[in-house]
Amino acid sequence: MNNRNKVTQDNQKHPRYGMVVDLDKCTGCGTCSLACAVENNQQPATPDMTNRTGNTWMRMYKVHNGKPFPDSRAVFVPMFCQQCDDTPCLYVCPQNAVELDPMTGIVAQIPERCFGCRYCMAACPYESRYFNWWDPVWPEGMEKTLNPDVSPRMRGVVEKCNFCHGRWQRARAKAASEGRRELREDEYIPACVECCPTEALTFGNLDDPKSKIAKLVDDPNIFKILGRLGTKPKVYYRTTRSWVRNAVDRNIYSETKETVHG
Amino acid sequence: MNNKGILFFFAGFIAMLVFGWFLFPSLMYQKLEQPFHFSHVTHTEMTGMSCNDCHYVKSDGQFSGIPTNENCSMCHMGILGETEDERIFVEEYMMQDREVPWFVYSRQPENVYFPHVQHIDFGEISCERCHGEHGTSESLRPFQRNRLSGYSRDIWGPSISRINNPAGIGMKMNDCIRCHEQSELTIGCIGCHK
Repeated sequence: MNNRNKVTQDNQKHPRYGMVVDLDKCTGCGTCSLACAVENNQQPATPDMTNRTGNTWMRMYKVHNGKPFPDSRAVFVPMFCQQCDDTPCLYVCPQNAVELDPMTGIVAQIPERCFGCRYCMAACPYESRYFNWWDPVWPEGMEKTLNPDVSPRMRGVVEKCNFCHGRWQRARAKAASEGRRELREDEYIPACVECCPTEALTFGNLDDPKSKIAKLVDDPNIFKILGRLGTKPKVYYRTTRSWVRNAVDRNIYSETKETVHG
Repeated sequence: MNNKGILFFFAGFIAMLVFGWFLFPSLMYQKLEQPFHFSHVTHTEMTGMSCNDCHYVKSDGQFSGIPTNENCSMCHMGILGETEDERIFVEEYMMQDREVPWFVYSRQPENVYFPHVQHIDFGEISCERCHGEHGTSESLRPFQRNRLSGYSRDIWGPSISRINNPAGIGMKMNDCIRCHEQSELTIGCIGCHK
């Protein structure tokens, strides 16, 4: 909250990045999870990984309408950090390791400060924070494929989706080399958005009325998961099916996490 | 008796201060010689090259850093001059197609993101402010590596005890923050941390 106040004080217009997930377009293929893992230096899953020890910033939930065939319907819900503006994890962190970034509105996790108390994991209503139980291990040779823009996390710290802020840094450097301080809309998008084959994910600046995402957010079919909690997430979901809208909000915890690891 | 006790106390106190402030920092750092000596002066004054010929911002905004063999091969295909360092470079690195494993004085930890381009173009900070008079050096001084963290000593600026350090010199996080605060730049953690 304090950070956001600071932004409004300095009279500079910083973007406020958000995402829209179109549940009608999502096929649950899991490409976003995979792209996320590759982009953000996640180690590949080992066979003994479970829901609790697997580490996927972008996780796929399957929500079922509970009816027998032929009325049976299911929907896949990509769940990741909802980048709340009123951030529960930030409030509980005793170490100041969570920050609402004043430049982008991204909820930033600072693994070097984190000492692993996992209060934030308890506070997060979306269960989108993950704990490193062990140091990450990559199969021999695979360390050459690591992304130099993202630092790997050590054991004993919490991590989560950060809207691929390494890409934001890189995009800003490129814009600066062209003499621009502001980014164009298409210059910075997270890996999951770039890879989604059905274009179910849309990313952009919520505060820019000309952006694609700002128009999408005005759609009446847009909703926020657990919006009633008042955490003001910057990730929106869209569906035209009313049962999906109801079921997603109600059932998200009772359903299975489909992808344990990307 | 009492006077003697106080004397011993202060003698010990001063001895420990000297140890802690002057001897211990030098014990903490391991001196490593660079693979061979490189003279910036020879390159700038004798051949008329400028800093930007080797250290430049690439078209994607990333900084080129230390030039690779590819850049050097424009001139150094054969041995130029008679120095031992030149022989080592050409015979042991260029001819065997090996990159020189330089120790980088200003190397930051891997969770730090420092974009040169914003600081050069928008901040108008000169290279010397962070890198000192490295560009006019005759030879390469030993690289000092912290035995525990592996970090370079140079990130502290001229003095580890931070006494008489000129303002804005040094590459610790506090030095970055101080300058950013003075320039009234809003920046969060992820502005500089990966």
